Amino acid sequence: MLYTFIFLSVLLLITLGVAAYETYAERKVAAFMQDRIGPDRAGPFGLFQPLADGVKMFMKEDFVPSTANKKLYFMGPAIAMTTALLTGVVIPWGGTLHFGGEAYSLQGADPGIGILYIFAMVSIGVYGIMLGGWASNNKYALYGAIRAASQMVSYELAMGMSIVALVMTTGTLSLSGIVNGQLDGTWNVFVQPLGVLLFITCAFAECNRAPFDLPECETELVGGYHTEFSSMKLGFYLFAEYVNMFISSAVISSLYFGGYDIPFVDQTGMASNLVVILGTLAFFAKVCFFIFLFMWIRWTLPRFRYDQLMNLGWKKLIPLAILNILITGGYMVFNGQVKL
Amino acid sequence: MQYLFYFFAAISIISALMVVSARSPINSVIALIVCFLSIAGHYILLNAQFLAVVHIIVYTGAIMVLFLFVIMLLNLNQRTEPQKKLMTRIAAVVAGGAFLLTLLGATRQGLQIAAVNPEDASVGLVGHVGMALFKDYLLPFEVSSVLFLSAMVGAMMLGKKEKATA
Repeated sequence: MLYTFIFLSVLLLITLGVAAYETYAERKVAAFMQDRIGPDRAGPFGLFQPLADGVKMFMKEDFVPSTANKKLYFMGPAIAMTTALLTGVVIPWGGTLHFGGEAYSLQGADPGIGILYIFAMVSIGVYGIMLGGWASNNKYALYGAIRAASQMVSYELAMGMSIVALVMTTGTLSLSGIVNGQLDGTWNVFVQPLGVLLFITCAFAECNRAPFDLPECETELVGGYHTEFSSMKLGFYLFAEYVNMFISSAVISSLYFGGYDIPFVDQTGMASNLVVILGTLAFFAKVCFFIFLFMWIRWTLPRFRYDQLMNLGWKKLIPLAILNILITGGYMVFNGQVKL
Repeated sequence: MQYLFYFFAAISIISALMVVSARSPINSVIALIVCFLSIAGHYILLNAQFLAVVHIIVYTGAIMVLFLFVIMLLNLNQRTEPQKKLMTRIAAVVAGGAFLLTLLGATRQGLQIAAVNPEDASVGLVGHVGMALFKDYLLPFEVSSVLFLSAMVGAMMLGKKEKATA
């Protein structure tokens, strides 16, 4: 009980820390891609920039539009942040440590429906954006909110279907079960190559990241759903996006890229605790790579038009996901993995 | 566990009352969302994890988003709310009361039935739900999926028709 409490507190701090440094990394990556230097004033290499930004966010005037629906205006950022932080609980951050006969699992909770729990939290997260955008009583914010809602509902379908094929091959919905199935080195990316592409694309859309960042498309909608938000309320929205990005990267790595698995590590004969710790580090390395991928794509691809976004979701990704399910099922029957 | 049940039950009842009593439609929808979430809590107390999570994904995450969507787009508020005549209101109260009476009469018997398999805590887990759906109740399951398919086709037809005339 005490251990779980400490573990979850540490997890919360790590998530917030990673999210803060993602903002720094985003600016550095953008600078690198555009042949600039990026933030370098605050501390060595600009490493204290997130702190400076945080202080700035807190110090700014907390402005509430007089025509806003006050209650919902406050609820919006709160829901966005809460649901973003709740998802980290079911992700297996590492194996199980053994100290003095006690087992310490590096996973907050392991429900049998782990992956669906993440979907549920993501689907509640939409309300943060919708309510906040509507409550600001601003046309641009409303447009942003409506775009966000339809985009997220559409891409949730394709995302769910890309997971169905994965669940068929792994035979479990539990995230630790899925990772354990990959510990022999057969990462699911080799089993489900199409599924990986579909899932990553949908994850981008769910996080409202470029090229799918239409809800906050500044050239058309000023700031989209957070146009009327300032100070730390805006900070919560932005932070929630970075937390979502972190969690999405963690989900992608654990579903398809072996989670905390390091290939052939079981043949080196290292102590099991050492393997677990190295595995966690390897997991974070994978997560960092996917966070970089998110940024890489953001600064490479231009934004889609809204009809292109909907066409991609409904007319390409969903049929491809269904095709993927059919192929997977057909292969499993042909291979004798299931009896008809 | 028991206190959790009372907690969720209180939230369910209060939010359900707010759904019908709230003045603004947005507040009604939000109360309904809270009600659904507390019902998901009840499912978890019954160890029906799968049902709880699917309930959140489907009802809270998809259907209520569409509800909210429509209400936001139409920007419904008190001024646009249709005002019913006094006779209609009285008729509604009488009909509702009669319905409540029927429901009470029907469930009064049901309350005396003992729980099926109270010792088996795994009955609500994914595997068991899947077995029940695809083995014991395969035909009703398939029939209901055909029903959904026909509803989808119907919605599509209506959508197309609208476009042709406009």
